[in-house]
Amino acid sequence: MFRVISKEEIAPKFHRFVVEAPEIARKHKPGQFVMVLPTETGERIPLTIAASDPAAGTITLVVQEVGKTTMGMALMAAGEGFVSVVGPLGTPTHIEKFGTVVCVGGGAGIAPMLPIAGGLRRAGNRVLSILGGRTQELVILRAEMEAVSDEIVYTTDDGSFGRKGLVTHALAALVESHGKPDLVVAIGPAIMMKAVAEMTRPLAIPTLASLNSIMVDGTGMCGACRIAVDGQTKFVCVDGPEFDAHKVDFDLLIKRLRMYLPEEQVAREKFLANHECRAMAGVARG
Amino acid sequence: MGDEIRGVPELPKAARMKVPRHPMATQEPLERIKNFAEVALGYSPEFAMEEAQRCLQCANPPCVKGCPVGIDIPAFVQLIREGDFAGSLAKIKETNTLPAICGRVCPQEEQCEVVCVLTKKYKPVAIGRLERFVADWELSHGLTSTPQLAARTGHRVAVVGSGPAGLACAAELARFGHKVTIFEALHKPGGVLVYGIPQFRLPKEIVTFEIDNLSRMGVEMRTDFVIGKTATVHELFAEYGYDAVFLGTGAGLPYFLGIPGENYIGVLSANEFLTRVNLMKAYDFPRTDTPVRTGRRVAVVGSGNVAMDCLRTAKRLGADEVICVYRRTRNESPARREELEHAEEEAIDFRWLSAPLAILGNNEGFVTGVRIQRMELGEPDASGRRRPVPIEGSEYEIAIDTIVIAIGQGPNPLATRSTPGLELNRHGNIVADKETMATSIPGVFAGGDIVTGAATVILAMGAGKQAALGIHAWLDRLAKGEVAKPTLAATTA
Repeated sequence: MFRVISKEEIAPKFHRFVVEAPEIARKHKPGQFVMVLPTETGERIPLTIAASDPAAGTITLVVQEVGKTTMGMALMAAGEGFVSVVGPLGTPTHIEKFGTVVCVGGGAGIAPMLPIAGGLRRAGNRVLSILGGRTQELVILRAEMEAVSDEIVYTTDDGSFGRKGLVTHALAALVESHGKPDLVVAIGPAIMMKAVAEMTRPLAIPTLASLNSIMVDGTGMCGACRIAVDGQTKFVCVDGPEFDAHKVDFDLLIKRLRMYLPEEQVAREKFLANHECRAMAGVARG
Repeated sequence: MGDEIRGVPELPKAARMKVPRHPMATQEPLERIKNFAEVALGYSPEFAMEEAQRCLQCANPPCVKGCPVGIDIPAFVQLIREGDFAGSLAKIKETNTLPAICGRVCPQEEQCEVVCVLTKKYKPVAIGRLERFVADWELSHGLTSTPQLAARTGHRVAVVGSGPAGLACAAELARFGHKVTIFEALHKPGGVLVYGIPQFRLPKEIVTFEIDNLSRMGVEMRTDFVIGKTATVHELFAEYGYDAVFLGTGAGLPYFLGIPGENYIGVLSANEFLTRVNLMKAYDFPRTDTPVRTGRRVAVVGSGNVAMDCLRTAKRLGADEVICVYRRTRNESPARREELEHAEEEAIDFRWLSAPLAILGNNEGFVTGVRIQRMELGEPDASGRRRPVPIEGSEYEIAIDTIVIAIGQGPNPLATRSTPGLELNRHGNIVADKETMATSIPGVFAGGDIVTGAATVILAMGAGKQAALGIHAWLDRLAKGEVAKPTLAATTA
C-alpha cells in the first residue's frame, strides 16, 4: 500500500495528494508520470507527478475529479493508501538551456507543468508562464508557478481573473510583446494543446505537448495509449508523454480519449447514486 | 482428510494397452460461454488412478526426454496408481515447482505425450491431466509442500519479472539457500499467467497458490516496481546490494499489423484486451472500474494460443459473432489442438486463408469493419509452413465492432534499453549462453521469452530453472573471489 501522507482540496474538485513512494521520489524527473490503482477493484490511471521530495520519500499528485476513479480518490483521507503506485514512467522532459521558454498550462495540466517549469528555470532558461482556467479558482498552483516563472500571465474563460479569453490569445500577445520564444511547452486539455500547436506552427516555434491518453499498464505492454506522430504510431507511455506538438495528430488523440465515454458515464452515475447521501450532506454544509 | 485412498493394481503390460485413455470432463460449450469458470474440470481420483494404470513404466522412458524440465514421469504416474498422491506430487516437485500451472497450459501433445510409447498404436498416457490432478489434489486438501531449502548462503538475487521464467528461477534459487526478491511491474505477481491466460483456462487462485508457496520458501515479492524505471539493473547491484540479477521480462510488447486503420477506436492489442479482462476483471464492470467493450461482432487476427484466448474471452463477454481471421489454414495454426477444439466447440467462426488488408472506421474514429483478402497456400517458407499467397480479386469486407490483434509479442525494451553493455540480438532479445543463461554482463542472467521470443510457459520455466543453476555456480565463484560483481556507472533510465 502506498500511504497518503496528506490530502487537501486546492481548488474546487482539485485535490493535492502527498504520497509515500520513496523509490519513485528518488528517481522522478520532470515530465514523468505514475500509474495509480486506488483500490483493489479500481482502474489504473496515469497521473503526472507534480513534485517529488526524495528526502521525505514522497511524491505529489494533483487530481481533478472527472470520473468515478478520481471522484473516489477525492473521498480518501490522509492515512489511507492506494493499492498501487508505479513509476516514474515515461521519458523525462529534455531539459537544457534553450533561452526563453513559454510554459502554457491549462486546467489540470498546470500540475505536471510545475516540475518542468522548475527544471527549465534551474537550467538557466527565462521562463514565461501562461496559465489558464475556466474561472479564477480553477487556475491552480499560482504561487508555486510564480516561484519558478520570470513572468506569468493568467487567463480565464469568464474574465474573473487575468485576461479574459484562451491561453492562445495570451500566447499570441506574448509573442507580439516579447518576440518568438525558443520553446513552447503546452500541457492541458487536448483541444488546448492542439490550438497552441496550430498557433506556433506557422511561426516555427518549437513546441512540446504532454499527452494524456488512456493507459492500462503504462509500461508499453497494452498499446491503449497509441497515437500518431508524424504518421508513425507511438506509445504515449514509453515514447512520450511529451512529443513535438507540430507532429501530433491531435484529432486522433481527441477521438481516442472518447473511447470509453459511455462506460465512464455508467461508472460515474453508479458512483453518484452510491454517494448521494454524502454529496447531499456536503451541499447542506454549504 | 479421512478419505483413505487405496491404489489400483498394476496390470500386465498387454492389459494396460487395452485400457482406453480417460477423457477429462469439461463444462458444456453452451454453458461455459456464459461464464469465466474453468472449462476443463480435471480427473477424479478413480479416473486418475485408472489412467495411471495405462503407463508401461518404460525402462528408458521417452516422455522424460520430451519434458523441457525432465520430470520423472513414470515415477510420478506410478505413485498415482498406488494412490500415493502426496508422494507423486513430491516427485514432480523435485523438478517442477509449478505443476498445477504446467498440467494446464503445457503443450503435452508436442512434448511428453507425443513420444509416449503407447502413441504408436493407442493414445498416449494423459500425462498433463495426471500432473494437474495431483497438483489440484494438494490444493483442494489445503496441503502445502515446500521443498527442503539448503542452508542460507548469504547471497541475494534479484529476479526481474514474475512470469513463468522468474517464478521457476526464484524457486530454484531459494532451494539453493539464496535470498531472492522478485520485481514485478504490475500490481499482481504472475506475469502472463495473470494478465494473459484467462481464468477459464488457468484459474487465478492456482497462480496465487503457487506464488504463496514461493513466499513460504522465503522469496520476497516486490510488485509495482519497474526495472528500467523504478531502478535500473546496475542500481540493483550498486545500490540495492544484489549479487546477481535474472532478467525474465518476457515478451510484453504487442505487435500490430501495420495496415491502414489500426488506430481506430475498437482496435485493441491482445495484451490490452486480455489485461483488461484478466488482470483488471473488466468482465465484472461496473462492479470493477476497468471497462472493456466488444460490441456485437468481434474479429481476432491471428490463430495462436493468445488468439484462442481472445476469441473465447470475446464470446464470454457476450459478443454474438466472434470471427478468427488467419491467413493460413487450421493445419498451420500455431495454437494447441485442444485450444482450437475448445474454440470450435464454442462456435467461433474461423476464416482460414484470410488476411486483413485494412481496418475500416467512421468519422467518429470507431472501427466499423475489416477488409479481408482470400489467400491460398503456395510454396513452403523459411518456417517450413506453406506460404499464404493472395488470390487476386478476392477481397471482401465484414462488419465488426471490435478487432483484436493477436499476431505475437516482442521483447519489452524498458529493462534492456536501460542496461548499457547488455548484448541484444537484432530483434531486441537478450543474448544468453545456452548452458548457463549468462548474458554479456557478469552476474546478469536471462531466460524465457526475453531470450527466445514468445514461446511457451514450460520453456520459460525450464530456462528460469536452468538460469538458477548458472546463477548458483556464479555465486559460488563470487564467494571464492573468482568473479566480481559488475561495476558499471549508474545510468539514466
